[in-house]
Amino acid sequence: MAEGHSPAEYVTHHLKHWASSEDAGFITMDAWHIDTLIFSTVLGLIFLTLFRIAAVRATSGVPGKLQNFVEIMVDFVDNSVKDSFDGARTFIGPLALTIFCWVFLWNCMDLLPVDLIPQIWAQIYGAMGHDPAHAYIRVVPSADMSATFALSLSVFILIFVYSFKGKGVGGFAREFLFHPFGPKLLPFNIILNTVEYLAKPLSLALRLFGNLYAGELIFILIALLPWWAQIIPGLGWAIFHILVVTLQAFIMMTLTIVYLSMAHAHEEHH
Amino acid sequence: MQASIPSIVGQMIVFAIFVWFTMKFVWPPITKAMEERRAKIADGLAAAEKGAQALKAASSKADDELKVARTQAQDILSTANKQATQLIEQAKAAASAEADRIKASAAADVERQVSQAKDALRKQVGELAVLGAAKILKREIDAKAHAEVLGDLAARV
Repeated sequence: MAEGHSPAEYVTHHLKHWASSEDAGFITMDAWHIDTLIFSTVLGLIFLTLFRIAAVRATSGVPGKLQNFVEIMVDFVDNSVKDSFDGARTFIGPLALTIFCWVFLWNCMDLLPVDLIPQIWAQIYGAMGHDPAHAYIRVVPSADMSATFALSLSVFILIFVYSFKGKGVGGFAREFLFHPFGPKLLPFNIILNTVEYLAKPLSLALRLFGNLYAGELIFILIALLPWWAQIIPGLGWAIFHILVVTLQAFIMMTLTIVYLSMAHAHEEHH
Repeated sequence: MQASIPSIVGQMIVFAIFVWFTMKFVWPPITKAMEERRAKIADGLAAAEKGAQALKAASSKADDELKVARTQAQDILSTANKQATQLIEQAKAAASAEADRIKASAAADVERQVSQAKDALRKQVGELAVLGAAKILKREIDAKAHAEVLGDLAARV
């Protein structure tokens, strides 16, 4: 905790984005969250670089350690996809792998000490001639709705793509209008289906966001304690958070697969 | 807490690029390598199975060959035995024939010698008889004149 600040100031300072422009609104149309963009892109590049190295060196003979790890990941994702999706996996497999690894790395940023990168950033910001007190940065991309909604909206678009591919536009429209109550209750069908379709991206994004935002907030609150009192709760929460980090990445991937396979499948549940 | 629309759009673009990269350059080589390894292992297992079967076939073939060789050896042995007995029989027959022949010739020899001895004795007896007669008759007998008589005598003895 930085000296000379009240706990409330400390917390709000930590929850403010490094944005391209000042905008206090809940939804902003013109402020870019530069921190989220940088961290998520760098983490994604780390994932891609690691996996690309393994892919380039991939051999059908005795695999090395990196290839072993990457193969375990690919096999795990491939099996998860195989379990619920019964079409070609050339797109869904890579999609699920990217989501899992990317979100996992995002979530892992929560395990860094809450003040580590903000302090470094404050030093740099001060050295650039700005006021270090206004150096805002948030390091966990998944604790930013922008990142989680970006994923869930992409999945939302893909749900329609797969629906059209699997059922045809007519089939999709029929299911949307006549399902589940039959043609006579068409308005109710529309209402129910609209809610159902909107719930998917919302729940997908808000679940991940909520879990990681809460995790981050608790780390910030623990950081408000005197240093000797931080050790036990900090350690406990970090250990528990390892589970959350992995689980949320897995849930994100699995739900993506499930939504897309539901969209792709022909309706057999009459 | 703030949702930034430009950030969402930016993240979606980044996400799309990442997924495209994974789909193009990460997923296929790794799954291909895994598939190839799976095929290799399957081939290896099949080859091992085939090898074991070949070994089994070879050992049973060797057993068969051994059996054939054993009967062949038995055959050769029995023919050899038969031949040996035949040879011995032949040799025995030849030997006994030879023995008979030798015996016969010896007997003929003895016969001849006996008759020679008889002739000689006859002659000597004749001469002795003549000598004795001459001595008895106290007269000289002309050996030449009486050779016929003497010969007749000798033949009669």
